[in-house]
Amino acid sequence: MAKKKSTFLNMVLTLLVITLVASALLGSIYSVTSEPIRMAELAQKNEAIQTVVPPFDNVPSEEVSKLALDGDTLYFYTARIGDSIIGTAVETFTNEGFSGEIKLMVGFRPDGTIIDIAVLSHAETPGLGDKMEKSKSAFSVQFQDKNPESFRLAVKKDRGDVDAITASTISSRAYCDAVQRAYDGYMKVKKEK
Amino acid sequence: MSNLSRMASGTRFGIRCRVQPSSVKALEGKRCREILQIKWCLQTNTMNQWKNFSKGLLKENAVFALFLGLCPTLGVTTSAINGLGMGLATTFVLVMSNLVVSLVKNFIPDKVRIPSFIVIIATFVTIVEMVMKAYVPVLFDALGLFIPLIVVNCIVLGRAEAFASKNGVWSSIVDGAGMGLGFGLALTVLGSVREILGSGSIFGFKFIAGDGMLVFVLAPGAFIALGYLIVLANMLKEKTS
Amino acid sequence: MEYILIIIAAVFVSNIVLNQFLGICPFIGVSSKVSTAFGMTGAVTFVMVIATLVTYIIFQYVLVPFQLEYMRTITFILVIASLVQLVEIILKKISPPLYQALGIFLPLITTNCAVLGVAVLAVQKDFNMLESVVFAAGNALGFGLALITFSGIREYLELKSVPKRMKGVPIAFIVAGLMALAFMGFAGMV
Repeated sequence: MAKKKSTFLNMVLTLLVITLVASALLGSIYSVTSEPIRMAELAQKNEAIQTVVPPFDNVPSEEVSKLALDGDTLYFYTARIGDSIIGTAVETFTNEGFSGEIKLMVGFRPDGTIIDIAVLSHAETPGLGDKMEKSKSAFSVQFQDKNPESFRLAVKKDRGDVDAITASTISSRAYCDAVQRAYDGYMKVKKEK
Repeated sequence: MSNLSRMASGTRFGIRCRVQPSSVKALEGKRCREILQIKWCLQTNTMNQWKNFSKGLLKENAVFALFLGLCPTLGVTTSAINGLGMGLATTFVLVMSNLVVSLVKNFIPDKVRIPSFIVIIATFVTIVEMVMKAYVPVLFDALGLFIPLIVVNCIVLGRAEAFASKNGVWSSIVDGAGMGLGFGLALTVLGSVREILGSGSIFGFKFIAGDGMLVFVLAPGAFIALGYLIVLANMLKEKTS
Repeated sequence: MEYILIIIAAVFVSNIVLNQFLGICPFIGVSSKVSTAFGMTGAVTFVMVIATLVTYIIFQYVLVPFQLEYMRTITFILVIASLVQLVEIILKKISPPLYQALGIFLPLITTNCAVLGVAVLAVQKDFNMLESVVFAAGNALGFGLALITFSGIREYLELKSVPKRMKGVPIAFIVAGLMALAFMGFAGMV
């Protein structure tokens, strides 16, 4: 078959058809994958909630409250057994990271003590800052069962109580910043109640 | 368009082959010769396809020989598994865009060739993006920005322009697969080297306690490791040829 | 102050070439002479700033309201490709000398991942319009700084005796590695 000539009409028609087909294809794939994408994000969130609060019998991801703070939003997920609150998972963030935003899930007992912390997303350097992940080092363990009221959330270099990750002071500082923000937000919401 | 013209120098393979009975005297001999020639013909065809496929692995390897697609090469190879994932994603886009381009090449007027190819490529990249987000979110997070950037990976547009727009469907698929896997191979090798030296592990299995030479996981190590790997690839090429 | 921080971060701390690995192809490809490096920097700065502004407007006022965020990649690359063409045509008409200087670099920019990368990053980082433009300008400066110093080193390197197999691209990569090492010294400034 001969090649089409580059007339104006031909060019416009070709581009129109190609973009139409492309958009139709993308639209249909989007409608197929949007549900799994949402589920994958939800599953990751639920998993994080489960690791930072004790076992519960409600669905914390449906009991959400929000608090706008420092230009972004904190999310609070309440975990209950029956009617009594056994813990709150706080989705927190910081922009102080070495490369971009870090998101954490911090679990608090009703008195403000930290139960456990999980990393939701980060872009820190592999081999250095990524040791904040529980699977990579024991850095996050030192926060367990500490109450930020008496436990200063800052690295030792800044006269705090946190042992920084070796050679990753910036990532460690950012981590403390996120946890502090979660604690402040949690206490603020508690006072208002 | 120096990148594109560099790609355009790639070889093309004829796939036609004629039997010439006039050169054969006896009838039986002719028969025999015909069969032999057809056999030879088929063989060279598969050989050609093999050549077509394997050139991407070393001789015209995108990273080590043509120096194309360097951004993802350096950006994602902090570990072997990231390199492999990126390699496979790029291979998928390369094969699919080569396939579609070779199918529609006659319907596209010359002047809007490049924009049309870019739209086709961008479509497949977005598909990869959505599918990875849905089914392998962990890998998607690790590769991050570099998935949408497959669009501007010079290899993909380069192969569409230099090969698929001039060749048949089957050869184009083979070419895309070879080029893509060669790219994936380069990324996996670089990722492995950086992971072994930098974190003392391979594909996530730790075999040295503690930290490795961290510089290899960081940005400078990427450049230095790739520099030495190109030297090695050149030596290997000299030996094989 | 905020804008100064964005620029310092983009130029030094997370340099687009030496830290983010964007725009490596022109970094290796057109860095053998200082004069071409200047030309490329000019063209990239021009396109990067305009492209980031246009893609920002399209993303915030077309894609987001219609919930078409998944069309981001395809829209951005089309915008960049047509923008490059447009810039080429306008330059040719308005300023022939500038076109002479930048012309040959313009087609190369469509496949320069730095331009698309910065446009995507500006959207991902939730910048407002002015911040996006400043971010783009900072990254273009960072690209220029890396490219021009690198080409200076490569010109000098031409006169030195380098082992045969290391000549050309391999030694360039190792030099780039050492430069990246130097730029790591800026880490933690912002």
